[in-house]
Formats: sequence, C-alpha cells, structure tokens
Amino acid sequence: MAALIKRRRVVTESEPSPEQKVIRLEPTDDPATVADQLAGATRVEVNFPKFGDGRGFSIGRLLRERYGYKGELRAVGHITRDHLFFMESVGFDAFELREGEDPHEALAGFDDFSESYQASPLRPQPLFRRRVQ
Amino acid sequence: MYRYDEIDQRLVDERVRQFRGQTERFLVGKLSEEEFRALRLRNGLYIQRYAPMLRIAIPYGLLSTRQLRKLAEITRRYDRGYGHFSTRQNMQLNWPKLEQVPDILAELATVQMHAIQTSGNSFRNITTDHFAGVARDEIIDSFVWCEIIRQWSTFHPEFSFLPRKFKFALNGARSDRAAVAVHDIGLHVVKDERGEIGFKVLVGGGLGRTPMIGVVIREFLPWRHLLTYVEAILRVYNRYGRRDNIHKARIKILVKERGADKFREEVEAEWAQIKDGPATLIPEEVERIAARFTRPAYEHLSDLDLDGIAVPGFGTWVKRNVHPHKVPGYAAVTLSLKKTGVPPGDVTAEQMDAVADLADRYSFGELRVSHEQNLVLADVRQSDLLTVWREARQLGLATPNLGLLTNIIACPGGDFCALANAKSIPVAEAIQRRFDDLDYLHDIGELDLNISGCMNACGHHHVGHIGILGVDKNGEEWYQIEVGGNQGEIRPGVKAALGKVIGPSFARAQVPDVVERLIECYLERRDSEAERFVDVVHRIGIEPFKERVYGSADQAAARRHRERAVA
Repeated sequence: MAALIKRRRVVTESEPSPEQKVIRLEPTDDPATVADQLAGATRVEVNFPKFGDGRGFSIGRLLRERYGYKGELRAVGHITRDHLFFMESVGFDAFELREGEDPHEALAGFDDFSESYQASPLRPQPLFRRRVQ
Repeated sequence: MYRYDEIDQRLVDERVRQFRGQTERFLVGKLSEEEFRALRLRNGLYIQRYAPMLRIAIPYGLLSTRQLRKLAEITRRYDRGYGHFSTRQNMQLNWPKLEQVPDILAELATVQMHAIQTSGNSFRNITTDHFAGVARDEIIDSFVWCEIIRQWSTFHPEFSFLPRKFKFALNGARSDRAAVAVHDIGLHVVKDERGEIGFKVLVGGGLGRTPMIGVVIREFLPWRHLLTYVEAILRVYNRYGRRDNIHKARIKILVKERGADKFREEVEAEWAQIKDGPATLIPEEVERIAARFTRPAYEHLSDLDLDGIAVPGFGTWVKRNVHPHKVPGYAAVTLSLKKTGVPPGDVTAEQMDAVADLADRYSFGELRVSHEQNLVLADVRQSDLLTVWREARQLGLATPNLGLLTNIIACPGGDFCALANAKSIPVAEAIQRRFDDLDYLHDIGELDLNISGCMNACGHHHVGHIGILGVDKNGEEWYQIEVGGNQGEIRPGVKAALGKVIGPSFARAQVPDVVERLIECYLERRDSEAERFVDVVHRIGIEPFKERVYGSADQAAARRHRERAVA
C-alpha cells in the first residue's frame, strides 16, 4: 500500500466504507463535468500517471478556485517529494506517494520553497500585492 | 541591472539547496534516472556527448561585470576555462562534473545568478532586445517587463510540468530585435491612440523540426492584463497540449491542430474567467521593479562627428558594430564573438575578465548578451569609442562584421552536442575563411547566415537569410541549404519568415561554394546596394538561386540522366 500524507502528516488510511463518495479525475478529464457533484464528495482524487505530467496541477487549481471545492483533494499516481510544494500550492492537501518514496523524508518537500511569486489557492494574493499591503 | 530583494535571493538559495538534495538522492539511488532527468533539466543540466552540459540563465541577456567575472571564475574552477553564449542569451559550460553542479549553482547564487528553468519542459529564460533601455526607437524599457514575467514564471506552481519547453520573447521597441514571431509566446509593445501601453500577442511561433511563424491572437492587450492573459494561454496549453509525442508537444502544434481562431476563442474564454483577478498588474509593482534596476548616471554630452576620426579600420567598425544611443554623446558597442577560427559565441575566461574590465571602465559595469551570440557594451561615451575599439581589437573582439555574412549564428553542433547530426563549427569557419575579404563582405551588405547541427534548430537556421542545416545520411554529415528566412521586422519591409530549402543537400566541403554561388546570384540581381539578399529572395523567389546552385532544369535533368547511366 502506497504511503499517504494528509495535511502534512503521514497517515494510514482505514478501509473505505461503502458510503464514501470518491470522485476520480484523469488528466484528460474536465473538472467542469463534476462541478455539481463536488458538494457531496468525500474526496476528489486527481491522477498523475507520470512524473512529468502536469495537467493535474491545472485541474486541482480549477477545482479550488473556479468550482469552490473545499474537501479533501488527493494527488495519486507518480507522486514524489519533488511535487509536494507545487501540489500544495495549487490546492492539494493529500498525497499518495509512488511506491518506494519514504513519506517521512518526503515531508521536507513542502518546504522546498518558503515563498511564491504567484497567486494560487494556497496564496490567493500574488506576492506583489502582498508586498504593498 | 536588476538587484534582487531578500525574497528573490532566498528563492534562489532555496533552489540550490533543493537541487543539492535531489542530486544526492539520485546518487544514492532514491531518485530514478527518469525522475532525476526531469529535475536536473530544469536546472539546466544535460548529459551530453562527452560530459554534462550546464546552461546558466542570463535573464533577458543582462549581466553585471561582477557576474561576468564570476562566470570566468567558474569556468576556470569547474570547467576548461571557457564558456559559450547561446542564442537564448544564456551561457553554457561544456565540461562540468555532475557532482559539482550544486556547488556551481551555489557560486552563481552569490552573484544573483542561477540555472533555473534553462532547460526541460519548463518556462525558459525570457529573451529581449539587446539594445533595451538605450535604443532610440524604444517605447518601453523591455527589461522591466521581462523581470515581471521572470518572477511570474519562476517556480510557477501550476506550470512547472508543461508538455514541453516554453520560450518567451518580448520586444519593447519599434524594430523587432527579439524575433518575437518565432517564440511560443512573443509580445510586441504597442501604444494605442490614447497613449496607453499594451502588447500585441503572438502565439505558436518556433523553430525546431516544425518551424512556424507565430499567429497574432490579440492585437492589443493592455499592460495590466499581461499576467492573467499569459496565464490563460499557459493553462490552455498545460491542459490540452499533446503529451503523447515529444515532437508534437509544443504549443505551436496545439495552435495548428486547433486552428488559430479556435485557439484564440479558448484562450479568451479562459481569460474571461480570471481577467481582473488578483494577478492583474498594478502600477506600484511596475514602479517597484523599475526602481530595482540600477541606471547609468549619464553625463550631459553632445553627439560627436565620428567620421572625422581618420584612423584606418575604425570607421568600418563604427559603421558595423556601433549602434545609436538615445542619450546624446553615447553609443552602444557590440563586441563580436565571431572571429574566424573561434566557435561562434565562445569566450575564454581571460576574455571574460578583460570584457568585464572594459565594461567597468567604459560602460557603467554592465553588458548584454545578444541572441546573435555577441556581447554589447550599451552605454559607451562616444569620446571613448576609439579607445574601446583599440582595446577590443587587442582582445580579438572587434571583428567589424555585425549584420554581415560572417556574423554567423551557430549551435555547438556535433563537436559537443549529443543531439547533433552534423558539426556546425567547422562549417562556420570554412565560410568565414572563404569570405575573408572585408570589402567584399561590406559590398554584400546585411546578411544573416545561421547554422544548426540538427533539426532542433538551436542555430536558428530557419530564420537565417541563408540557413544551413546539418543532416544525417547513412551516418554521413550532409548540409541542407535554405534561403529567404528572416528573424523579424528589424527594418520595415520583409516580415519574419521561414527559409525555403533550395534542393538536395551537400557535403561539408561544398558548402562554401554553394554560399558563394548564392551570393553571386544575389549581387547580379539586386537593384541597388540597399536591397539586401533577403529582399531579393522575397522579390524574385528561390528559383534563380536554385538554378545558380544546381544548374537549370535542363542541366539538372541531364545530370540525373548521367547519374542513372552510371548507376
């Protein structure tokens, strides 16, 4: 079972219960098509099939910013610590790491950078606006 | 020169720490080859034919002498005492050691430099006019806008894993000296009738194996919307750009497959959702960035009559390598890195130190790297030109060939690059040797000759007035010739254009002869000295050039007949 990080903590997940509603999106899926189901979802999973496949970053950001999704947003697939800073910035809060990635070591990835120039779900105002506040 | 603030510096330092960790994890086997490849590439590190290659970013081509001296020091300490300036205004080192790259990056960070996003499927170093800030036809200071985009594109959380590389150029003057039409995004400044500043937005241009001229998707984008609009373009690309085939993954393919109108609609629809959002620029930010640039403290001088200086050789150099300056009494000087026998764009550590001394003494401690692989001292007093010329000549940097045939753009080619099909450097040298008569060169007039060692087109052969492409035929090096390419509307007339192949390729030894025949044809056909080679090609088409090189259709048929008979 792949290691799981939720809200920057390493966790083990209990068996899924039948009433859980999980929406899973592939990189080619348009998040607009699930917009009306988001309110009832236990979590949304976005698949990153390859290390360098960046489509899920846009999907995650749109789910948060455009479709107002507030629940668990989980990145699954080929996830390493090198993705975590960026994924957290665009709104992911749960991460199923790829096989072999040590979750405790991976936690350091969230702190790869301490600041970001851009606006994102994690930092709704870009740095240049925060500077003048 | 843009000066980092505390946050700019911190991010670069954090990148060094991150990459050091990634390198260590790779060396102990915690990162796979494929994973580390993606990570090292976005730090400019390739594994090349003989050794790794490290590409160091020189954002929009602007360098301080302190940075140049650091580059010299790095090439001595970690490399073989020389570097190569690329067509993306960056510097490449050909012999660093993988384990030492984190140390090199740490050294660079001490002078506000880095190798961030200089390669890989990322938003690359933004390029611009090498006369930004000093050109007489300038509308805005490109550097300020480039820095705004540099910051926006650095570690963008949504766009750090694009389908393919992404190249961005911005031009802030009337003349296009930034080749904006052959970039993934090209911005050309526009001032509307009310005097508001904005940009014409071109998308989907590029060279490589599928060369294309960018299409205009917006005639006027007010400056405040710059970042949201670029974000809309990048989002459409990130979501829908092809990822199944590396050769079809650039945004130009998406634009082509969708059609320009459909693509424009998609971008505009995406933009409508984020327009006026938090990323909308504010005047305070533009002013803040502008204020972080150091500015030369110009003296009040008047323009000099340089024609009056009757020193042999000087006048020719002034004519070719000195560019007018917007401040009276000053001029911009191009130091040529195109001396015959030296690989185009190559510079030794000693030259770097010497150029730094020159720039300190005569150009306020700054210089620029041009996309034509030369160095520019942008703020030289006209009264110092004679001295600068004498010193530059001693350094081998005063070849008076700017804009002329021997100012060849060439990639490192098969001598260094693992991707190359053929060598570029010896071809450049052979042509330079053939055209060593300065009077003849000046008579030929303005001519861009560009050489790429493979179809990835790092030597921009598609936009050379004469373009040469190295191809592989059964393991042998051959060269295909194009004519009529043009990098952009540097002067009114011929717009950006891609060259057309004149016919079957040639052996390396034949290339100078072919170029010579093309030139003869041009000289016979031009209607005046003002009509350039590229103008003639566009006026009369490529047929006369083809005929001159291969013979007439009848001769060609006869040759084919003979060849068949022999076979």
